Amino acid sequence: MIPSRSLSRRNKDKIVFGLCVACEALAVVPLASILVEVVLNGAPALSPEFLTSGPGVIGEAGGGIGNAIQGTLILMGLSSLIGIPTGVMAGIYLAEFGDVVFVGHSFLTHVNSFLSSSLRFLNNVLTQFPSIVVGILAYTTIVVALGSFSTIAGAIALSIIMLPIVTRTTEESIKLVPGSIRDAAAALGIRKWRATLSVVLSTSRSGVVTGVLLAMARITGETAPLILTVLGSSVFFQCDSLSSCTYSLGHPVDALPLRIWRLALLPYDYARQQGWGAALVLIIIVLTLNITVRLATRGKFGMMRSRT
Amino acid sequence: MTVELLIEKLKPENEKRVEPASQGEPMGPFKIRAEKLNAWFGQNHVLKDISIGFGENEVTAIIGPSGCGKSTLIRCLNRMHELVPGARTSGSVFLDGAEIYSKHVDAVQVRRTVGMVFQKPNPFPTMSVYDNVAAGLKLNGMRNQRKLDEAVLNSLKKAALWDEVKDDLDKSGVSLSGGQQQRLCIARALAVEPKVILMDEPCSALDPIATAKIEELIASLKEQYTVVIVTHNMQQAARVSDRTAFLYLGQVIEYGETTHLFENPAQELTERYVTGKFG
Repeated sequence: MIPSRSLSRRNKDKIVFGLCVACEALAVVPLASILVEVVLNGAPALSPEFLTSGPGVIGEAGGGIGNAIQGTLILMGLSSLIGIPTGVMAGIYLAEFGDVVFVGHSFLTHVNSFLSSSLRFLNNVLTQFPSIVVGILAYTTIVVALGSFSTIAGAIALSIIMLPIVTRTTEESIKLVPGSIRDAAAALGIRKWRATLSVVLSTSRSGVVTGVLLAMARITGETAPLILTVLGSSVFFQCDSLSSCTYSLGHPVDALPLRIWRLALLPYDYARQQGWGAALVLIIIVLTLNITVRLATRGKFGMMRSRT
Repeated sequence: MTVELLIEKLKPENEKRVEPASQGEPMGPFKIRAEKLNAWFGQNHVLKDISIGFGENEVTAIIGPSGCGKSTLIRCLNRMHELVPGARTSGSVFLDGAEIYSKHVDAVQVRRTVGMVFQKPNPFPTMSVYDNVAAGLKLNGMRNQRKLDEAVLNSLKKAALWDEVKDDLDKSGVSLSGGQQQRLCIARALAVEPKVILMDEPCSALDPIATAKIEELIASLKEQYTVVIVTHNMQQAARVSDRTAFLYLGQVIEYGETTHLFENPAQELTERYVTGKFG
């Protein structure tokens, strides 16, 4: 005979399961509806001309978002170039070297532990920072100093937004690597920096990549700091010689979130349509990036787990 | 700490006065030898004035209850102990007569000469079988592919794993069975050509069949290496070792030939431990 209590436990189990499913559905509904809305409204706007040409005359249909796509890709590339190495290295420092004790050098040990704990604290604060404040920082330092809104100011602002996310996730995923792996490397007479780069970092690769992708996705959609740094533009980023590249880096550039924002402010039907199209392109860029990076960094045994 | 307290409580009154025994006469020159070795974890004094030597081409077993300092002792022999935050040592360890704790000696170099195998098999999870064995050489800058191939082949053969994995060298190291993983770790340690191999309870995570294979392997390793093995399993110590040291509360209570120590222990404490009356 099954005691009656087990029945009520089974019911409780069903209720909890049901609640989980309900919450999951609740979370998915807004996401899915945004995606459907964007695809439905944005897809009709897509055309080769829309994707490749710059904006047309305001008030007249035509023109496209080619320069905004180009600008977004350049900004993503530049800020990743600054933000990812810095963030990954900072994360490695916090996880692997932040608690190092220098035997016989208590002063060094104290300086090191002060450095790492304050870096960790500031990093957490920076994670919560409103992005517009980062934009203001870049404006008052770089834009004012250069005397012009510029691509490079935008890239630096975006990399500052990336930094804490990359640092945090790198530190967390490196800390998940079991100590036995570090012991194994040390016992083979492998130097610490070598073991950190070739063994520890590669073991925590998927976590680090997740952090990098999160950070890149986050900055791809940032608008506020861009208003204060790259301003937006209706021309393409010119880079056919060294001098034109440096010229372009020091001048405004367009970006998709900015273009969407400006299009949304216009009182024309075609502008709204183009805005949806631009939003769809932005989502596709983030998605493609995600999938490509995942595939490229999966590694030979990415999906395998230890049997013991 | 708690383990030690527990052991202290279990200990009959009269045994508190037991003095560490003399080390017995050394059997020829020792390959690696500790002298007045002390080790601490923070305030916790785990090894107390240990002097012990390990002979070349011999297997020495270290037995003793949990928390007695067995693992710490062997981790002092390749300077792994100092990697733990708050850990420190005093005293000397001589490898072929040279002091490894001297200021001029690089701990990383010591670990290439004194290899180690751990309790739980720990192959590098992102590397293939081949890369696991080659890791010690590759990550120390060896680029010569022919020499790497040779080292991998020889190490896997010495570790009695070659026949089982020769067709799967590209498979992930963690896809092997537990016993194979442990032999892979032994092969990985052998590839950097150490002189001494330390084993920290290498079979405690393995089934009896895998254990038998490792024990067989240990017996063959002593032809070329000095082997020191920490074990909780007294039958294992009796089976594989030439000499056995009994450690208790951070001191060597008795050290001598394995058969002698198990059949005719000089100390009452040793007898009580090997007959399973405490520990």
